[in-house]
Amino acid sequence: MSTATATSATTPSAPVNRAVLKAEFTLFRREAGSLIGILLFPVLLLVILGSIPSFRETDAGLGGIRLVDAYVPVTVLLGMIAGGIQSMPPIITGYRERGILRRMSTTPVRPAAVLGAQMGIHGVAVLVSVAVCLAVGRIAFDVALPRQIAGYLLALLLSVVVALALGALIASRARTTKISNAIGSVVFFPAMFCAGVWLPVQAMPDALAHIVELTPFGAAAQALNQAAAGDWPAWSHLVVLAVWAVALTGAAARWFRWE
Amino acid sequence: MTTTPAPLIEVAGLRKSYAGRAVVDDVSFTVDEGEIFGILGPNGAGKTTTVECVEGLRTPDAGRIRVAGLDPVRDHAQVTGLLGAQLQESEIQPKLTVREALELYASFYPDPLDWRPLAGRLRLEEKLGTRFAKLSGGQKQRLFIALALVGNPRVVVLDELTTGLDPRARRDTWQLIEDVRDRGVTVLLVTHFMEEAQRLCDRIAVIDKGRVAALDTPSGLIRQAAGATVISFTPSAPLDDQELAALPGLASTAHKDGRVTLTGGDETVNAVLTLLARHHITAHQLRVSDATLDDAFLDLTGAGQS
Repeated sequence: MSTATATSATTPSAPVNRAVLKAEFTLFRREAGSLIGILLFPVLLLVILGSIPSFRETDAGLGGIRLVDAYVPVTVLLGMIAGGIQSMPPIITGYRERGILRRMSTTPVRPAAVLGAQMGIHGVAVLVSVAVCLAVGRIAFDVALPRQIAGYLLALLLSVVVALALGALIASRARTTKISNAIGSVVFFPAMFCAGVWLPVQAMPDALAHIVELTPFGAAAQALNQAAAGDWPAWSHLVVLAVWAVALTGAAARWFRWE
Repeated sequence: MTTTPAPLIEVAGLRKSYAGRAVVDDVSFTVDEGEIFGILGPNGAGKTTTVECVEGLRTPDAGRIRVAGLDPVRDHAQVTGLLGAQLQESEIQPKLTVREALELYASFYPDPLDWRPLAGRLRLEEKLGTRFAKLSGGQKQRLFIALALVGNPRVVVLDELTTGLDPRARRDTWQLIEDVRDRGVTVLLVTHFMEEAQRLCDRIAVIDKGRVAALDTPSGLIRQAAGATVISFTPSAPLDDQELAALPGLASTAHKDGRVTLTGGDETVNAVLTLLARHHITAHQLRVSDATLDDAFLDLTGAGQS
């Protein structure tokens, strides 16, 4: 009823609100932990590993590439894991726990604008982290840039969506910031393992690699590796990523609570 | 006579239960435009649930709510544009500064107030650069009041307005709310603070155990309450309890250190004076005073019985 009065306001139900985005970005810059985890930790790990001489020697077990070559995609995924699983869920859970979303729902702006802003900011921060890792790998350690660019971007985009959806799912299920942090930590280590932080997926025994390839970050690691090497990523990896993206997004949307 | 305008807020037969327990049980009231309407009641009486239904934060189980003719749940987007809310348990982002919060919330509304004078009135101008998490309880409360008003709302709902404020800030805030009302804004105020209700409210609904126990002006509530007049004196000789008990309109009798305190109505005062004269008893330090809203509240909510 009375749509005339509704339209007189500044399109209240728009999912993206510039003022909210600006405020959340200001707040993001004040989250030292998030900035370090997403933007500093991955590139720092790459610099440390790349500084070890043996990492810069060609390794027959990796199909003739160097360990540092294999670790660039790993650090790329590390930024995503830090952003999606470690940084974002406690922020969103905290907003709900403290009644910030509730307070906002008494205004013409929907609290969904806050979630949208948080996901957008974390998505962009992750992409910046990816760019920094690729650039440092190229400049400092002579790691070739991805050769199959379209395939790489597709795999990257799917991986970012998966990481953010996983984070949103954690935020939807965790009732307090403490629980959110705890779930984040529990998911963090398997995710890092699958991404190949301890052992790149290419170097894993076949049986293990096949299992890991079914996990979101295992599939992401393989797809990114293939695209980096110049091949179009195997459809099996892209399909695994897409299925995870859809399933995690659906689950997060299904279970999310505003208060 | 012109027809009276429709009330700005209308609550009729509101019910809300949690886990099978009725928290609000058939609450009805209306608030006229430009009125300060108080909801007074003991803890857990259902005050907050009632106003949260008005704000559209909760969906009633039954009953009808209208704010300027709109349903707060169904027409949520429109209602949020004309209603400012100060909630009891909600915060803003901990690392947002006072200035950023005021700018952010002002941006949500089509025709907001200039937040600078508002911050000045609430004595927040020194704190504009301070993050929310670093504010004291009273400063946070004043910021919440500012955020409720910054959208230039037609209706403002204030839940525990002055909780955590020092006496000076409390009086400043009351003055601010009166000024806001004088601009034509309608105020729905939840409080358990009698002085606040008496000073600010045009009318008060006393809610107890989810029901409206009384609805009147503050002075009307005091008059309604049994024992609205308090008579105390020190008699020069003992008085017969039975004769005291027979006094018209008497609500209670108490003896302490030779002093007698009676509560009752206007008629009780004359009757007790007659009684004393008949027995040639002198009443030393005779005091007759009106009961306060406090007394009326305790009487109406039955909280004074225990």
